[in-house]
Amino acid sequence: MSSSLTKPGTGKRNDSRRRFLLELGRSATGVTLLSFGIGLYSRQSASMPANAIRPPGALDEGEFAAACFRCGLCVRACPFDTLDLARLGDGVTTGTPYFTARDVPCEMCDDIPCVVACPSGALAPELEDIDQARMGLAVLLDQENCLNFQGLRCDVCYSVCPAINEAITLEHIPNTRTGKHARFIPTVHADACTGCGKCEHSCVLEQAAIKVLPLKLAKGELGRHYRWGWEEKENAGSSLVTPDGEHRYNLPSSKRYDFAGEGLLESGE
Amino acid sequence: MKKSSYPGYEAIRRKGWLAAHKWLLLRRLSQLSIMALFLVGPLLGVWIITGNLNSSLTLETLPLTDPYLILQSLAAGHIPQGTAIIGGLIVALFYFVVGGRAFCSWVCPVNLLTDLAFRLREKLGLRSATSLPRYTRYLMLLATMVIAFVSGGIAWELVNPVSMFHRGIIFGTGLAWLILLAIFLFDLFVSRRGWCGHLCPVGAFYSLLGTHSLLRVRADARARCDDCMDCYLVCPEQQVLRPALKGADTSPVINSPNCTNCGRCIDVCALDVFQFGIRFDRSDSSRSSPNQAASPSTGV
Repeated sequence: MSSSLTKPGTGKRNDSRRRFLLELGRSATGVTLLSFGIGLYSRQSASMPANAIRPPGALDEGEFAAACFRCGLCVRACPFDTLDLARLGDGVTTGTPYFTARDVPCEMCDDIPCVVACPSGALAPELEDIDQARMGLAVLLDQENCLNFQGLRCDVCYSVCPAINEAITLEHIPNTRTGKHARFIPTVHADACTGCGKCEHSCVLEQAAIKVLPLKLAKGELGRHYRWGWEEKENAGSSLVTPDGEHRYNLPSSKRYDFAGEGLLESGE
Repeated sequence: MKKSSYPGYEAIRRKGWLAAHKWLLLRRLSQLSIMALFLVGPLLGVWIITGNLNSSLTLETLPLTDPYLILQSLAAGHIPQGTAIIGGLIVALFYFVVGGRAFCSWVCPVNLLTDLAFRLREKLGLRSATSLPRYTRYLMLLATMVIAFVSGGIAWELVNPVSMFHRGIIFGTGLAWLILLAIFLFDLFVSRRGWCGHLCPVGAFYSLLGTHSLLRVRADARARCDDCMDCYLVCPEQQVLRPALKGADTSPVINSPNCTNCGRCIDVCALDVFQFGIRFDRSDSSRSSPNQAASPSTGV
């Protein structure tokens, strides 16, 4: 360019071209910097606060950011005013729907009006049975402060659970403090918990001991290639691997072993 | 400031105040009533339109969706379901007819804010040397698509002042007012008509949508123009006026997709040079000289 500048007669055209390129460069730089900022912000906002739960049927967080139109039709469709649209500065992606279970949990309507109202498919219309919703997963996070763990019979989370005895059961363990009672430990079963949050909402403690967390945080997952041997055996009708050989104990001839008969026995018994 | 020096003074004197503000008043009425229709639901429990400008449902039957949002969703890798697509087509068709940027001047709530900033700027006589090219908005439009594609989410919606303002009024603002304040101050102090006229990618999208729109402002009576410059002073996209008004060989139709069809030029012209019309020339008036175009027979 510098060489052409010296040619007489081309200066004017070059000047306007230079100006144009400078202008283009400037605005393009500005726009790029801005996009960079927005891009970083979008990455950051993809990580939801742990107490923000998406409505039923919501796609995975990554897909949700691409699918949700931030229109609030789900919020309006909810008869219990459970849902809210995130505002700028809320921590949840601006304009997207969420609820805080401790404040207002999902009441699990049979007709799932929020999903029906969603125009974009961010709340997947494939969800027709609310019991199949997986909004999150309840976890008894701080069991030491749970009244039931202390041996009391609070049972509130268990009683309010819409899938009582499936999503939450009370498991008996010995109460070692008293030495003679049982403790009824609320136990969440991931295969039935919808993440509605009624347990967290109703926990009588100042801070709920049981909380609903996003699946990404709460759910454990077996490596995909692993199988439970006993399930496979039951499905197949027989063991899929070489059956165990009959176990031999190499006991003295006067002894024999029988587990149900209480272990090591005299041969004659 | 001399009394007769403000744009529209002559029009008011000749046509009366009301006639010299006709389109401006209609436009404000449109902006405010659209807002009101969205608000009577949450405020009074009368649900006429549910949702917001991004996507809405009118009287529980008519879906409307922002087509720009659909494109961003597609760029981010999601295929929206039928309702959204239908809503998007309806909106696209509407603006294809009435002019894409009619959205900016007749619907968008940010316009109220930037118009206010502009009025204030003129009143205070503020000048600034920021030369921001008007095509920056198209770079912004491109950028929003690229971020959607790269980030896999509709990232522009995180900061989009247009939807944030509208959603904020209906659902609560949060910190969105900061962005709106920034736009107001930007328009007031940094750049004349800075946001709507130079940067906003939403407006850029709608301008592309309305490139071939049917409804246009026409300067059929351009021969009457006495160069008072009032239309230039009020026009949010001044560059669109000259070709239609002054080009002897060009069509008297304002053909630039960036004209917002706000009609303010019609208001402030004391000589009634402008009017709303369709983009096509009836006779061969596009070829005719300005003198002929001004004759009453061709003035539509």
